[in-house]
Amino acid sequence: MALTPGTPAPAFTLHATPDQRLSLRDFRGKPLVIAFYPADWSPVCGDQMALYNEVLPEFRRLGAEIVGISVDGVWCHLAFSKDRNLHFPLLADFEPKGAVARAFGAYRQEEGLSERALFVLDGEGTIRWSYVSPIGVNPGADGILEALEGLQGKKR
Amino acid sequence: MSKLRPPVGANDHAQGPPEARITLVEYGDYECPYCGEAYPIVKRVRKELGKNLRFVFRNFPLSESHPHAVRAAHAAEAAALQGRFWEMHDTLYDNQQRLDEVQLRRYAEQRGLDVKRFALDLDSEAVAARVKSDFLSGVRSGVNGTPSFFVGGARYDASWDHDALLSYLQGLL
Repeated sequence: MALTPGTPAPAFTLHATPDQRLSLRDFRGKPLVIAFYPADWSPVCGDQMALYNEVLPEFRRLGAEIVGISVDGVWCHLAFSKDRNLHFPLLADFEPKGAVARAFGAYRQEEGLSERALFVLDGEGTIRWSYVSPIGVNPGADGILEALEGLQGKKR
Repeated sequence: MSKLRPPVGANDHAQGPPEARITLVEYGDYECPYCGEAYPIVKRVRKELGKNLRFVFRNFPLSESHPHAVRAAHAAEAAALQGRFWEMHDTLYDNQQRLDEVQLRRYAEQRGLDVKRFALDLDSEAVAARVKSDFLSGVRSGVNGTPSFFVGGARYDASWDHDALLSYLQGLL
Protein backbone atom coordinates (compact mmCIF):
# COMPACT_ATOMS: atom_id res chain seq x y z
CA MET A 1 0.00 0.00 0.00
CA ALA A 2 1.35 3.37 -0.96
CA LEU A 3 1.76 5.91 1.82
CA THR A 4 -1.28 8.12 2.18
CA PRO A 5 -1.83 11.85 2.79
CA GLY A 6 -0.91 13.05 6.24
CA THR A 7 2.10 10.71 6.49
CA PRO A 8 5.57 12.27 6.79
CA ALA A 9 7.59 11.18 3.76
CA PRO A 10 10.43 8.76 4.56
CA ALA A 11 13.84 10.44 4.37
CA PHE A 12 16.10 9.41 1.50
CA THR A 13 19.40 10.25 -0.15
CA LEU A 14 19.94 9.06 -3.70
CA HIS A 15 22.36 9.70 -6.52
CA ALA A 16 21.14 12.18 -9.13
CA THR A 17 24.41 12.04 -11.09
CA PRO A 18 27.54 9.94 -10.55
CA ASP A 19 28.93 12.59 -8.20
CA GLN A 20 25.85 14.34 -6.87
CA ARG A 21 23.39 13.08 -4.31
CA LEU A 22 20.03 14.60 -3.43
CA SER A 23 18.15 14.21 -0.18
CA LEU A 24 14.57 14.79 0.74
CA ARG A 25 15.69 17.56 3.10
CA ASP A 26 17.24 19.47 0.17
CA PHE A 27 13.69 20.28 -0.90
CA ARG A 28 12.47 21.58 2.45
CA GLY A 29 10.45 24.76 2.25
CA LYS A 30 8.81 24.10 -1.09
CA PRO A 31 6.37 21.51 -2.37
CA LEU A 32 7.97 18.49 -3.98
CA VAL A 33 6.50 16.12 -6.52
CA ILE A 34 7.96 12.61 -6.39
CA ALA A 35 7.17 10.52 -9.44
CA PHE A 36 8.12 6.87 -9.13
CA TYR A 37 8.11 5.14 -12.50
CA PRO A 38 9.01 1.62 -13.59
CA ALA A 39 11.93 2.20 -15.93
CA ASP A 40 13.84 4.53 -18.22
CA TRP A 41 13.42 4.05 -21.97
CA SER A 42 9.76 3.16 -22.14
CA PRO A 43 9.09 2.89 -25.85
CA VAL A 44 6.68 5.76 -26.38
CA CYS A 45 7.24 9.40 -27.07
CA GLY A 46 5.53 11.73 -24.72
CA ASP A 47 6.16 9.22 -21.96
CA GLN A 48 5.62 10.18 -18.36
CA MET A 49 8.96 11.90 -17.74
CA ALA A 50 8.86 13.68 -21.10
CA LEU A 51 5.40 14.96 -20.21
CA TYR A 52 6.53 16.29 -16.83
CA ASN A 53 9.43 17.91 -18.60
CA GLU A 54 6.98 19.84 -20.75
CA VAL A 55 4.79 20.74 -17.77
CA LEU A 56 7.79 21.85 -15.68
CA PRO A 57 7.03 25.58 -16.10
CA GLU A 58 3.59 24.96 -14.56
CA PHE A 59 5.05 23.03 -11.62
CA ARG A 60 7.56 25.83 -11.04
CA ARG A 61 4.85 28.46 -11.36
CA LEU A 62 3.19 26.72 -8.43
CA GLY A 63 6.46 26.88 -6.50
CA ALA A 64 7.17 23.16 -6.71
CA GLU A 65 10.10 21.00 -7.70
CA ILE A 66 9.87 17.52 -9.18
CA VAL A 67 12.07 14.42 -9.11
CA GLY A 68 11.64 11.14 -10.93
CA ILE A 69 12.71 7.94 -9.19
CA SER A 70 13.23 4.49 -10.67
CA VAL A 71 15.48 1.53 -9.93
CA ASP A 72 17.67 2.31 -12.93
CA GLY A 73 21.32 3.09 -12.21
CA VAL A 74 22.79 6.53 -12.40
CA TRP A 75 24.49 6.04 -15.80
CA CYS A 76 21.26 4.82 -17.29
CA HIS A 77 19.44 7.85 -15.89
CA LEU A 78 22.12 10.11 -17.30
CA ALA A 79 21.78 8.70 -20.80
CA PHE A 80 17.98 8.75 -20.64
CA SER A 81 17.86 12.26 -19.27
CA LYS A 82 20.19 13.50 -21.99
CA ASP A 83 18.25 11.75 -24.72
CA ARG A 84 14.93 13.22 -23.57
CA ASN A 85 16.39 16.61 -22.74
CA LEU A 86 15.02 16.45 -19.19
CA HIS A 87 15.39 19.51 -17.00
CA PHE A 88 14.69 17.92 -13.63
CA PRO A 89 16.59 15.25 -11.65
CA LEU A 90 16.12 11.52 -11.97
CA LEU A 91 17.18 9.68 -8.84
CA ALA A 92 18.63 6.18 -8.85
CA ASP A 93 16.89 3.90 -6.36
CA PHE A 94 19.53 1.37 -7.26
CA GLU A 95 21.38 0.22 -4.15
CA PRO A 96 19.86 -1.27 -2.10
CA LYS A 97 17.54 -1.80 -5.01
CA GLY A 98 14.15 -0.18 -4.65
CA ALA A 99 14.66 0.74 -0.98
CA VAL A 100 13.06 4.16 -1.34
CA ALA A 101 10.17 2.82 -3.39
CA ARG A 102 9.61 0.19 -0.70
CA ALA A 103 9.61 2.86 2.03
CA PHE A 104 6.89 4.73 0.11
CA GLY A 105 4.93 1.51 -0.41
CA ALA A 106 5.46 1.77 -4.15
CA TYR A 107 7.52 -1.29 -5.04
CA ARG A 108 6.46 -4.28 -7.13
CA GLN A 109 8.34 -7.21 -5.72
CA GLU A 110 7.49 -9.64 -8.55
CA GLU A 111 8.86 -7.40 -11.29
CA GLY A 112 11.53 -5.69 -9.24
CA LEU A 113 10.28 -2.27 -10.36
CA SER A 114 8.66 0.67 -8.70
CA GLU A 115 5.01 1.39 -9.27
CA ARG A 116 3.84 4.36 -11.29
CA ALA A 117 3.20 6.21 -8.07
CA LEU A 118 2.91 9.94 -7.53
CA PHE A 119 3.39 11.79 -4.26
CA VAL A 120 2.97 15.49 -3.61
CA LEU A 121 4.74 16.69 -0.47
CA ASP A 122 4.31 20.03 1.23
CA GLY A 123 7.24 22.20 2.31
CA GLU A 124 7.51 20.30 5.59
CA GLY A 125 7.91 16.97 3.83
CA THR A 126 4.45 15.65 4.65
CA ILE A 127 2.62 13.73 1.96
CA ARG A 128 -0.44 15.71 0.88
CA TRP A 129 -1.57 13.69 -2.11
CA SER A 130 -0.70 10.33 -3.58
CA TYR A 131 -1.84 8.27 -6.50
CA VAL A 132 -0.86 4.87 -7.85
CA SER A 133 -1.61 4.43 -11.53
CA PRO A 134 -2.08 1.10 -13.25
CA ILE A 135 1.48 0.22 -14.31
CA GLY A 136 0.72 0.50 -18.02
CA VAL A 137 -1.06 3.83 -17.77
CA ASN A 138 0.79 7.12 -17.67
CA PRO A 139 -1.17 9.10 -15.07
CA GLY A 140 -0.65 12.48 -16.71
CA ALA A 141 -0.15 15.68 -14.75
CA ASP A 142 -3.67 16.86 -13.95
CA GLY A 143 -3.81 15.27 -10.49
CA ILE A 144 -0.43 16.72 -9.54
CA LEU A 145 -1.42 20.23 -10.59
CA GLU A 146 -4.65 20.05 -8.64
CA ALA A 147 -2.81 18.85 -5.55
CA LEU A 148 -0.25 21.68 -5.85
CA GLU A 149 -3.02 24.21 -6.23
CA GLY A 150 -4.68 22.75 -3.17
CA LEU A 151 -1.47 23.35 -1.22
CA GLN A 152 -1.33 26.96 -2.39
CA GLY A 153 -4.93 27.47 -1.37
CA LYS A 154 -4.18 26.28 2.15
CA LYS A 155 -1.23 28.60 2.48
CA ARG A 156 -3.28 31.68 1.70
CA MET B 1 -10.91 10.71 -13.45
CA SER B 2 -9.38 12.41 -16.47
CA LYS B 3 -12.03 14.64 -18.05
CA LEU B 4 -11.78 16.93 -21.01
CA ARG B 5 -11.41 20.51 -19.82
CA PRO B 6 -12.72 22.74 -21.24
CA PRO B 7 -15.37 20.76 -23.14
CA VAL B 8 -15.48 21.09 -26.91
CA GLY B 9 -16.59 24.60 -27.86
CA ALA B 10 -16.89 27.09 -30.66
CA ASN B 11 -13.16 27.84 -30.63
CA ASP B 12 -12.21 24.27 -31.43
CA HIS B 13 -11.25 22.98 -34.85
CA ALA B 14 -13.87 20.38 -35.69
CA GLN B 15 -14.72 18.15 -38.62
CA GLY B 16 -18.14 16.57 -38.84
CA PRO B 17 -21.54 17.81 -37.75
CA PRO B 18 -21.88 19.51 -34.33
CA GLU B 19 -24.94 17.34 -33.65
CA ALA B 20 -22.96 14.11 -34.25
CA ARG B 21 -23.64 11.44 -31.66
CA ILE B 22 -19.95 10.97 -30.88
CA THR B 23 -17.24 13.57 -30.43
CA LEU B 24 -13.68 12.31 -30.66
CA VAL B 25 -11.01 14.73 -29.49
CA GLU B 26 -7.33 14.26 -30.22
CA TYR B 27 -4.48 16.07 -28.52
CA GLY B 28 -1.66 15.75 -31.00
CA ASP B 29 1.78 16.86 -32.06
CA TYR B 30 2.64 17.29 -35.74
CA GLU B 31 6.12 15.87 -35.36
CA CYS B 32 5.20 12.87 -33.19
CA PRO B 33 5.47 9.60 -35.14
CA TYR B 34 2.64 7.99 -33.18
CA CYS B 35 0.36 10.89 -34.09
CA GLY B 36 1.48 10.32 -37.65
CA GLU B 37 0.32 6.73 -37.34
CA ALA B 38 -2.98 7.81 -35.85
CA TYR B 39 -3.65 10.34 -38.60
CA PRO B 40 -4.80 7.95 -41.38
CA ILE B 41 -6.65 5.84 -38.81
CA VAL B 42 -8.72 8.80 -37.68
CA LYS B 43 -9.42 9.69 -41.30
CA ARG B 44 -10.63 6.19 -42.01
CA VAL B 45 -12.79 6.04 -38.90
CA ARG B 46 -14.32 9.41 -39.79
CA LYS B 47 -15.30 8.05 -43.17
CA GLU B 48 -16.73 4.89 -41.66
CA LEU B 49 -18.81 6.68 -39.05
CA GLY B 50 -19.90 9.51 -41.31
CA LYS B 51 -22.29 11.95 -39.74
CA ASN B 52 -22.22 10.10 -36.44
CA LEU B 53 -18.75 11.40 -35.66
CA ARG B 54 -17.35 14.82 -34.99
CA PHE B 55 -13.55 15.02 -34.78
CA VAL B 56 -11.76 17.77 -32.88
CA PHE B 57 -8.02 18.40 -32.89
CA ARG B 58 -6.16 20.28 -30.16
CA ASN B 59 -2.45 21.08 -30.11
CA PHE B 60 -0.15 19.27 -27.75
CA PRO B 61 3.37 19.90 -29.06
CA LEU B 62 6.12 18.20 -27.06
CA SER B 63 8.72 20.88 -27.57
CA GLU B 64 11.55 19.08 -25.77
CA SER B 65 11.16 15.89 -27.79
CA HIS B 66 10.27 17.41 -31.14
CA PRO B 67 12.11 20.55 -32.19
CA HIS B 68 9.64 21.52 -34.96
CA ALA B 69 6.41 20.64 -33.18
CA VAL B 70 5.60 24.03 -31.72
CA ARG B 71 6.22 25.91 -34.96
CA ALA B 72 4.19 23.37 -36.90
CA ALA B 73 1.31 23.90 -34.48
CA HIS B 74 1.67 27.64 -34.99
CA ALA B 75 1.49 27.08 -38.74
CA ALA B 76 -1.78 25.18 -38.43
CA GLU B 77 -3.23 27.91 -36.24
CA ALA B 78 -2.00 30.63 -38.60
CA ALA B 79 -3.73 28.79 -41.45
CA ALA B 80 -6.85 28.54 -39.31
CA LEU B 81 -7.02 32.34 -39.24
CA GLN B 82 -7.57 32.11 -43.00
CA GLY B 83 -10.13 29.35 -42.57
CA ARG B 84 -7.68 26.65 -43.71
CA PHE B 85 -6.83 24.75 -40.53
CA TRP B 86 -7.64 21.28 -41.81
CA GLU B 87 -5.77 21.70 -45.07
CA MET B 88 -2.65 22.69 -43.16
CA HIS B 89 -3.25 19.94 -40.61
CA ASP B 90 -3.30 17.33 -43.37
CA THR B 91 -0.30 18.84 -45.10
CA LEU B 92 1.73 18.77 -41.90
CA TYR B 93 0.92 15.13 -41.22
CA ASP B 94 1.63 14.22 -44.83
CA ASN B 95 5.06 15.85 -44.45
CA GLN B 96 6.06 14.99 -40.89
CA GLN B 97 9.76 14.83 -41.76
CA ARG B 98 9.71 18.22 -43.46
CA LEU B 99 8.62 20.81 -40.96
CA ASP B 100 11.31 23.46 -40.98
CA GLU B 101 10.57 27.19 -41.27
CA VAL B 102 11.06 27.40 -45.02
CA GLN B 103 8.85 24.39 -45.59
CA LEU B 104 6.04 25.70 -43.38
CA ARG B 105 5.93 28.86 -45.47
CA ARG B 106 6.07 26.87 -48.67
CA TYR B 107 3.02 24.83 -47.61
CA ALA B 108 1.09 28.04 -47.01
CA GLU B 109 2.03 29.24 -50.47
CA GLN B 110 1.19 25.91 -52.13
CA ARG B 111 -2.23 25.94 -50.47
CA GLY B 112 -2.92 29.38 -51.85
CA LEU B 113 -2.93 31.17 -48.52
CA ASP B 114 -2.19 34.86 -48.19
CA VAL B 115 1.51 34.33 -47.53
CA LYS B 116 2.25 37.72 -46.03
CA ARG B 117 -0.52 37.40 -43.55
CA PHE B 118 0.45 33.82 -42.80
CA ALA B 119 4.03 34.87 -42.00
CA LEU B 120 2.80 37.57 -39.62
CA ASP B 121 0.35 35.25 -37.90
CA LEU B 122 2.96 32.52 -37.63
CA ASP B 123 4.98 34.82 -35.37
CA SER B 124 2.06 36.44 -33.60
CA GLU B 125 1.44 36.26 -29.89
CA ALA B 126 -2.17 35.35 -30.46
CA VAL B 127 -1.25 32.18 -32.32
CA ALA B 128 1.39 31.25 -29.74
CA ALA B 129 -1.14 31.85 -26.97
CA ARG B 130 -3.68 29.65 -28.70
CA VAL B 131 -1.25 26.73 -28.92
CA LYS B 132 -0.14 27.21 -25.33
CA SER B 133 -3.74 27.30 -24.16
CA ASP B 134 -4.48 24.06 -26.02
CA PHE B 135 -1.43 22.49 -24.40
CA LEU B 136 -2.43 23.57 -20.90
CA SER B 137 -6.00 22.40 -21.41
CA GLY B 138 -4.51 19.04 -22.38
CA VAL B 139 -2.44 18.89 -19.23
CA ARG B 140 -5.56 19.73 -17.19
CA SER B 141 -7.52 17.10 -19.01
CA GLY B 142 -5.01 14.38 -18.19
CA VAL B 143 -3.26 14.10 -21.54
CA ASN B 144 -0.50 11.60 -20.91
CA GLY B 145 1.34 11.43 -24.19
CA THR B 146 0.65 11.95 -27.83
CA PRO B 147 -1.70 11.18 -29.29
CA SER B 148 -4.25 11.27 -26.47
CA PHE B 149 -7.87 10.72 -27.34
CA PHE B 150 -11.05 11.71 -25.52
CA VAL B 151 -14.44 10.27 -26.33
CA GLY B 152 -17.52 11.88 -24.85
CA GLY B 153 -15.23 13.99 -22.70
CA ALA B 154 -13.44 11.06 -21.02
CA ARG B 155 -9.86 10.00 -21.73
CA TYR B 156 -9.76 6.95 -23.98
CA ASP B 157 -6.98 4.70 -22.66
CA ALA B 158 -7.54 1.65 -24.85
CA SER B 159 -5.77 0.91 -28.12
CA TRP B 160 -6.31 3.32 -30.99
CA ASP B 161 -5.43 0.91 -33.73
CA HIS B 162 -8.08 1.03 -36.42
CA ASP B 163 -10.16 -1.99 -35.47
CA ALA B 164 -10.12 -1.28 -31.75
CA LEU B 165 -11.04 2.38 -32.12
CA LEU B 166 -13.74 1.72 -34.69
CA SER B 167 -15.40 -1.04 -32.73
CA TYR B 168 -15.30 1.01 -29.54
CA LEU B 169 -16.93 3.97 -31.24
CA GLN B 170 -19.49 1.80 -33.03
CA GLY B 171 -20.40 0.33 -29.67
CA LEU B 172 -21.50 3.79 -28.58
CA LEU B 173 -24.01 4.18 -31.39
